[in-house]
Amino acid sequence: MTEQQQMDLRRDEVEAGAQTGLASPSVDVTSGRQNSLWGDAWRDLRRNPLFWIGAVLGLSFLLMALVPQLFARGADPRDCDLSNSNQKPSAEHWFGFDQQGCDYLANVVHGARNSLIIGLLAVAVVLVLGVVVGAIAGFYGRWLDGLLSRLTDIFYALPLILGALVVLRSGILGRGVVAVAIALAAFGWMTAMRLVRSQVIAVKSSDYVAAARAMGASNRRILVRHILPNAVAPVLVYTTITIGVLIAAEATLTFLGVGLQRPAISWGLQIENGQSLLRTAPHLVLFPSLVLTLTVMAFIMMGDALRDALDPRQRA
Amino acid sequence: MGRYIARRLLLTIPVLIGASFLIFALVYALPGDPIRALGGERPLSPAVVAQLREEFNLDDPLVVQYAKYVGDLLQGDLGTDFRGREVSETITQRLPVTLRLTVVAIAIETVIGIIAGVLAGIRRNGFLDNLVLVSSTLIVSVPILVLAFVAQFVLGLQFGWFPIAGINEGWLSYVLPGLVLASGSLAYVARLTRTSIAENLRADYVRTARAKGLPNRTVIGRHTLRNSLIPVVTFIGADIGTLMGGAIVTETVFNLPGIGRAVFDSVQAQEGAVVVGIVTLMVFFFIFFNLVVDVLYAVLDPRIRYD
Repeated sequence: MTEQQQMDLRRDEVEAGAQTGLASPSVDVTSGRQNSLWGDAWRDLRRNPLFWIGAVLGLSFLLMALVPQLFARGADPRDCDLSNSNQKPSAEHWFGFDQQGCDYLANVVHGARNSLIIGLLAVAVVLVLGVVVGAIAGFYGRWLDGLLSRLTDIFYALPLILGALVVLRSGILGRGVVAVAIALAAFGWMTAMRLVRSQVIAVKSSDYVAAARAMGASNRRILVRHILPNAVAPVLVYTTITIGVLIAAEATLTFLGVGLQRPAISWGLQIENGQSLLRTAPHLVLFPSLVLTLTVMAFIMMGDALRDALDPRQRA
Repeated sequence: MGRYIARRLLLTIPVLIGASFLIFALVYALPGDPIRALGGERPLSPAVVAQLREEFNLDDPLVVQYAKYVGDLLQGDLGTDFRGREVSETITQRLPVTLRLTVVAIAIETVIGIIAGVLAGIRRNGFLDNLVLVSSTLIVSVPILVLAFVAQFVLGLQFGWFPIAGINEGWLSYVLPGLVLASGSLAYVARLTRTSIAENLRADYVRTARAKGLPNRTVIGRHTLRNSLIPVVTFIGADIGTLMGGAIVTETVFNLPGIGRAVFDSVQAQEGAVVVGIVTLMVFFFIFFNLVVDVLYAVLDPRIRYD
């Protein structure tokens, strides 16, 4: 790696919040025990309370998305009675009622599914775009790298929310769950691309790649079998954190009125609806905000813990 | 260095053109007929509609429209919105609000972020270190939207310390939105400072300084901090460009009439010229501050050479 490339790599990692130490060639690899990266990482992960908090939160959120009835305490989110409008939380109805007099706990709980689908779908598209474009740019280099990197710069210069806002408002994709996910991914793949590109450049010059080439392996085989598996660690960290970030972005877009539309059940819509009642019925903003925050936190905590476990510099 | 800057400047041109074309194409695809919507209840006469469509080049194909737009832009003409108001006038009126918001946000993230980072980095695994680590994770996890409501509800409504919307109370009005806007970067600055300090404290030159018998204050203030702040300063520099484009949500929630709010309103009203003008400006700021940071890196750290 040239110095410039090493600096790029370090910067990409800093921007993605996913340092792995690959950019520091001085990492001590000759220590006594020879464990695999993932074995070591799992050992570290198991001891990290942040990881367990994140995992428990994440799993409860997953369960909430799959079987919301388990959490709704028998209430139906669409079974509303106007006479209950804006009632405060009580022993029977933990989250109170919304403006239409619907049980709020049931509504908030049912909002998990859309958030999860959008978060996972968007991150899957981000991953595919990032890995494919980044690997091609990093591996083949030269003019192709120049072209793809400029293309990435173009998207990178546009803020995520702004880009997604215009795409959704233009209505090219419609306004459903898939549309929101694609709009978010379209303006959110650039960091993943840069990360993969840098890692591929870093790994490309290692001896085992040269060995594989000497044995007559094709470009494609080298890329898929040798380079990508060794470049995956920081991308995994980034992906985990990004699920949380994208879920927050979805709520924001929906809040701004360009994401999911009624009658869909979504935390963004609930916050938007409660906003005007902040003075009289603060619980309408409080509960969806709280659950949204805990969800985002779950993914960020897991990502953080994963990064610490995968970072060899942390190991003393 | 001169050659490096020239090359970087040259590279920004395709990015600037590409980004503005991308946004232009998306705005072009906005649904509905903005001219018709302009008339409201009373439909405009066909002759007026035709004249307006001609004036705004609405019947040309996308690429031609864009070429005409760039041609005007190069002559310093950003065009007008559909009501005949100059886009440049909207920008000069709105930009100061966004600038003030950015200044407040940068000040908050710099001061609090660096102090927290230094305190955490000096004594790794100490109480303050863990406090900073946990609270930065918490802050990053709270979506801007939620943070805005918490700030409005607690600091604005319950305590009544700050106004929760508008800009009628001078700089005081910018404290809450600035705090909310800065939150993510604030946590990041703290972590970056912490890691950087903790790493540099193990460096040989720090050990030498200690061995010479320098007091702790000098070792940290003079030797460690100066070197550790290089990545932090460059991050904050680049963040100026990011914040100027990232204020859409904050300005909308706090009802600040800045360019972020203007771009949001214009997307809703399909005012293509305003959207493209402001977004191009945002992209320019973003690219400009990134370039400044890269140059700054070489100035601050003599080990880095670009040529």
